[in-house]
Amino acid sequence: MNLAIRDIRHNFGRFVLTTVGLGLLLMLVMGMGGIYRGLVQEATLLVDRIDADLWVVQKETRGPFAEVSRVPANLEDRIRAVPGVLSSRGFVSHTVQREWNGRPLRMTVQGLSWPDDDGRWLPVVAGRALGQAHYEMIADESLKLPLGEKIKLGKDTYTVVGHTRAMNSPAGDGMAFFTLRDAQAIQLDISGEAIRLERSARYGRAERIDLGRTQPQVIQRALGPASAIPAIGPPTISTVLVKVRPGVDPEHVRSIIARWPDVTVYSSEGQRQLLLGGIVDRSRRQLGLFRILLIIVSAIIMALILYTLTLDKLHDIAMLKLLGARNAVILGLILQQAFLLGILGYGVAYVIGQWAFRLFPRRVLLIYDDLWVLAGVVVAISVLASLLGILQALRVEANEVLS
Amino acid sequence: MSTTLSDGEAVLEATGLTKVYGSGHTEVVAVRDVTLTVARGEVVALCGPSGAGKSTLLALVGLILPPNTGRIIIGGSTVFDADRPRVNLRSFRRQHLGFVFQNANLIPFLTAAENVRLAMEINDHPPRAARRRTMELLEYLGVSERAEHLPSMLSGGEQQRVAVARALANRPSLILADEPTAALDSVRGRQVMGLFGKVAHEQSAGVIVVTHDHRALDVFDRTIEMEDGRLRDSSTPSRSPAS
Repeated sequence: MNLAIRDIRHNFGRFVLTTVGLGLLLMLVMGMGGIYRGLVQEATLLVDRIDADLWVVQKETRGPFAEVSRVPANLEDRIRAVPGVLSSRGFVSHTVQREWNGRPLRMTVQGLSWPDDDGRWLPVVAGRALGQAHYEMIADESLKLPLGEKIKLGKDTYTVVGHTRAMNSPAGDGMAFFTLRDAQAIQLDISGEAIRLERSARYGRAERIDLGRTQPQVIQRALGPASAIPAIGPPTISTVLVKVRPGVDPEHVRSIIARWPDVTVYSSEGQRQLLLGGIVDRSRRQLGLFRILLIIVSAIIMALILYTLTLDKLHDIAMLKLLGARNAVILGLILQQAFLLGILGYGVAYVIGQWAFRLFPRRVLLIYDDLWVLAGVVVAISVLASLLGILQALRVEANEVLS
Repeated sequence: MSTTLSDGEAVLEATGLTKVYGSGHTEVVAVRDVTLTVARGEVVALCGPSGAGKSTLLALVGLILPPNTGRIIIGGSTVFDADRPRVNLRSFRRQHLGFVFQNANLIPFLTAAENVRLAMEINDHPPRAARRRTMELLEYLGVSERAEHLPSMLSGGEQQRVAVARALANRPSLILADEPTAALDSVRGRQVMGLFGKVAHEQSAGVIVVTHDHRALDVFDRTIEMEDGRLRDSSTPSRSPAS
């Protein structure tokens, strides 16, 4: 005869409420782990998917994600000449925030090196990859931009031609993919007035120097577009992605490029570690500590619940002892209830979590390894939490039936 | 003073039992050098004023409390000698003793049948046999139709009869009842007292009933008075044993 089940059946409402309460608490613990896993996945998503062997960034920076990196666009050509390099492509990454339909639209703009890279490697779940050099974009679903939607960014209007799923930046913003030139245009967009002021200032500077006075054409150039002035460099890109030839050791190519004084080179794994060590690590520790606290709180609450359940049954436990029940029968009653509470609470956490985590603004990723570990922790705290109740039950004497 | 009150085929032989609560200024001698024998099939009433030590004596012979001195032999086995147990008390209790209290003390989350069956399962009875005997006992005590009801749905008399069924479940050689009719009306009280007599005689068990209810004394084979922790000599046979 299973006493634990019969006791639960007798106090079913209370047990259900207790289980749901504990389940919600465990859901938070589960969610904390899921948020961390989501952070890691979001942080490394692009690095994992972009399929580059090397990332060449501005000297002494940890770009393009952990910090800003600017390298000249012609770096792409210099790298292509390095022995062992199969391909190189520019890449731009920056975050913009605009108003769209009355709500803030925050996205991480990624520039793809068209026509070599049209975004076919992306997980496009609806629509298509980029099909032309300008004015198209692939947006992540999380940005909630419908296919065919036209978005004005800077001076140009871009059409959403494809949707990706779960492509978020390390900061959690949805990614939007453009051609490199469009991404630069969005990044470097300045107003007409700012351009006019800059030209005026440029003209003033040219007038004040000898060259301006002796070379009138220089002054004329100062009033034209910046791109027409040879002394002003072309727009910069964030990084150059390098793919090495099959059979070539990426480390060998990296050692060659790393000798250049204007750039720093990371392997894909190095880039991954930069992201995990910088952006994610502090969040990981914060979430980890919070998770430990929640587990301790869960254990304490569970212990209190089980202790109270045991206190309610002390007279019955004394009666069981009077009837000659072995300690195993009494311990079984308490431990089985503890396990049931833990296991059902865990189940509630999982089921509610599956539904609730989808509503979270950032990805909550539940992975089986974490779920198994948490299940083990729940079993352990079930045992630990029942210790108080067990000690109390063992102290009860049969003669307490008489009182 | 030592008092021997019954001889014959004894199911209980308690000799020189003393129980002292507290120590120093707070010392209270609840049971003082009591010797008591109960024969198989004998129903003994233990009477006396409150604080006389009746319940403590019952707890001593029921192996619920350890005596400070004395010896207890139940069914021929020495259970306590001096102040030391000679057997595993819990195991001995479940095999040889049955208890009924003023409050039925049924486990509230078990049905009437489960309360009875639990006593047998604790004593390692096979489940099928336990089920059969449970229904026999509930039938015998007239509560079989209430077998699947929780204690909270039973009347006081029904609860008490289920408690008696539980006490009988393992065919104990000694049944101990502490004011089992206190919470019942006189008719129900008399029925329950009558049951003890019936059970004692049909199952050859010794029965000790602590009671204040003098209206039902005629159902007992013997009445023992207790006062200040001692048994009085004035015990009187109410009727002839095993009649």
